[in-house]
Amino acid sequence: MTATLNKPATQGQSLQVRPRKPVLAATGGPSVRPAAAAHLSDADVERLGQELDAVRDRIIASRGAKDAAYIRRVIAVQRTLELAGRATLLFSKRKSAFFAGTAMLSVAKILENMEIGHNVLHGQWDWMRDPDIHSTTWEWDFVTPAAAWKHTHNDLHHTWTNVLGKDKDVGYSTLRMSDEQPWQPHNILNPAINMVLAPFFEWGIAIYDLELEAWKEGEKSTDDLKKSLKALGKKAARQAAKDYVATPGAAAVFGSGKQALIGTFTANAIRNVWAHSVIFCGHFPDGVDVFTEEEIEGETRGDWYIRQMLGSANISGSKLLHLMTGNLSHQIEHHCFPDLPSNRYYEVAVEVREICERYGLPYTTGPMPRQVGQAWAKVFRLALPPKRTATARINQAPTVRAPRPARASFRLPQAARVV
Amino acid sequence: MAQIRALRRMASLLTTPLAPEDFLALVNPLASTRQLRGVVTKVVRETADSTTIHFHPGRGWNAHAAGQWARIGVEIDGVRQWRSYSLSAAAGHDPAITVTAIGFVSTALARDTKVGDILFLNVPQGDFVLPAHPRPLLMLTAGSGLTPVMSMIRTLVPRRPDADVVLIHSARTAADALFRDELLELADQFPGLTVRHWYTREEGGRRLDLTDPTDLETLCPDWRSRAAYACGPSDFLDAATELWEHSGDDGQAQLTIERFAPVLLPGTGGAGGLVTFEKSDKEVEAGGDVPLLDAGEECGVVMPSGCRMGICRSCLTPLVAGKVRDLRTGEVHGDEGELIQTCINAAAGPVHLDI
Repeated sequence: MTATLNKPATQGQSLQVRPRKPVLAATGGPSVRPAAAAHLSDADVERLGQELDAVRDRIIASRGAKDAAYIRRVIAVQRTLELAGRATLLFSKRKSAFFAGTAMLSVAKILENMEIGHNVLHGQWDWMRDPDIHSTTWEWDFVTPAAAWKHTHNDLHHTWTNVLGKDKDVGYSTLRMSDEQPWQPHNILNPAINMVLAPFFEWGIAIYDLELEAWKEGEKSTDDLKKSLKALGKKAARQAAKDYVATPGAAAVFGSGKQALIGTFTANAIRNVWAHSVIFCGHFPDGVDVFTEEEIEGETRGDWYIRQMLGSANISGSKLLHLMTGNLSHQIEHHCFPDLPSNRYYEVAVEVREICERYGLPYTTGPMPRQVGQAWAKVFRLALPPKRTATARINQAPTVRAPRPARASFRLPQAARVV
Repeated sequence: MAQIRALRRMASLLTTPLAPEDFLALVNPLASTRQLRGVVTKVVRETADSTTIHFHPGRGWNAHAAGQWARIGVEIDGVRQWRSYSLSAAAGHDPAITVTAIGFVSTALARDTKVGDILFLNVPQGDFVLPAHPRPLLMLTAGSGLTPVMSMIRTLVPRRPDADVVLIHSARTAADALFRDELLELADQFPGLTVRHWYTREEGGRRLDLTDPTDLETLCPDWRSRAAYACGPSDFLDAATELWEHSGDDGQAQLTIERFAPVLLPGTGGAGGLVTFEKSDKEVEAGGDVPLLDAGEECGVVMPSGCRMGICRSCLTPLVAGKVRDLRTGEVHGDEGELIQTCINAAAGPVHLDI
């Protein structure tokens, strides 16, 4: 009907788009800043907030066809690998086919969960307005339903990053992952629980997303819990049917049923261990801070950024590593800007790191084996009750810039800091 | 068909949570469960700034009636943009749109579309169609308003020996006149078609004057006895409507019009407000003259949309809270739960939408 109907409204105007977040003040400051940022004045923090806002704005303004082509390419590669993996498993009574099929399916599942699912569900690609790649329509190859995960992850974890009592991702309600969490006798099982959690990570997350704790405390109604359980049951049944019935069933035609079942189970376990490792690298290595609710009282936009930076850790490595971690190797950047397209974190990281250096803020990063090792060391260490000296240090931590343990991350000399 | 459905269900056991089509899309770009698509089969340059794009639609497309329009989505710099275009091909053929390079989307479509490109589609709609029973017709068009009428002429004239169509088409110059050669050829070949071109910018040219019947009487003396169809810019249609209303023939003369753009009241915009898209978890500060649809799309919300001019109601979205302003009338309205036409309503203060 219309060759001439333009969009007059938005042309020449820029709409101020922002993700929904609790509205934070631009100026002012909390009563206490985290120790690592205690040297910054309110004005410093405000300027830091503006600088990071500018980084975000620049990426948003430059999103375009190249980014769209990137995510479509990743999706095409992932689906091809998934098809090829399952097809190869049909003949998995041959050892080579078993290994090749399992490997392809494992990589496909990792790509699907990390670089595609996690990031699409964050709305990183919503700007394309493609209903096939959109946070409101996407469902992923993971037991927990996308809707449940979006709530606990996008709403709770990303808003309350590392705030004790608010961000239940700190230990997922079962592990003791921070000195500040009071020790309880069952914490002695920390390593055992984590060892089981790793290969069954998707089930751990699925149970976690039911928010049983919130239900016990009366924050989530029994009706809502029933709905969550029903949604999970449906999703889990379909997932299990695909990997443990349909694929082995089809392979049984070629006499490879049992091997195919082992293959799909292994692929899920490999994906689970990998996702578990990457996610534990995000917030649990040495040098990552946790916060109290008191500390975030009066938090400004700049302070919010600082909390994201102090509460997250990156993984250094190759482009392939970044891809396989879903660019969560840029956890700091992801937490500052959860909805920027993942392929752009690489360039954002350069700027964020420079800003951290300039403001004298720690920027925690390290190679994957070291970060994983530190997270596991913490799992073991925190299984035991705190020693007295540790308690004393924690008690004075929020206000006094106490000497901190040597970090894996780099710290700039005091002189370079903007004080 | 039942077998295909059963097969698809079996396949979806292996592809869940995706659909089999999501994997088929690796080889067939038209496969999708969510979005009707078409592939461009031919691109024809019509005039200096207009292009006809022929496409083959995927499964789910309904054959169009001559004169109907469809929503066409195209990706420009990674972002899906939707506009509505009249279908210029004859009914019974694969659809085609004729796009004039005016505005951001149409310009990109007219200049950059190549054979093999994918277009995103919605099914054809609209009631600007040929009458159910044969009768003498007058087509009154200006500029790209010729496109739906061209579909009617292509459909009717070659097939119906009893056709009796007079086309009055206004264009700036002969070079700008869409489908000029084809129309002259058709008129030559079929006595049922008479074509009268009217050029506004050729030597001695002026605008077609519809404020009184003089020009029409000259071009088509029996215009009152014909069923008339008009399509063109707003002022052109306003004048035609006025003329037909006052032609004094006891309402015998019948005029059907197709508009290109909504009639917005100037100066209706208020201060606007913060628009919250609750399910999508997005919010945007939108001006008082920005349709909620545009505001949503700007945030990346997949908004339902259709004509973008307040007619088709494809864009209805539930209002959770707040008031909106109808940009056509300036009226401020909105009750909780009311379905809002987002394409012609703007925020009047903070607005929450259930999407």
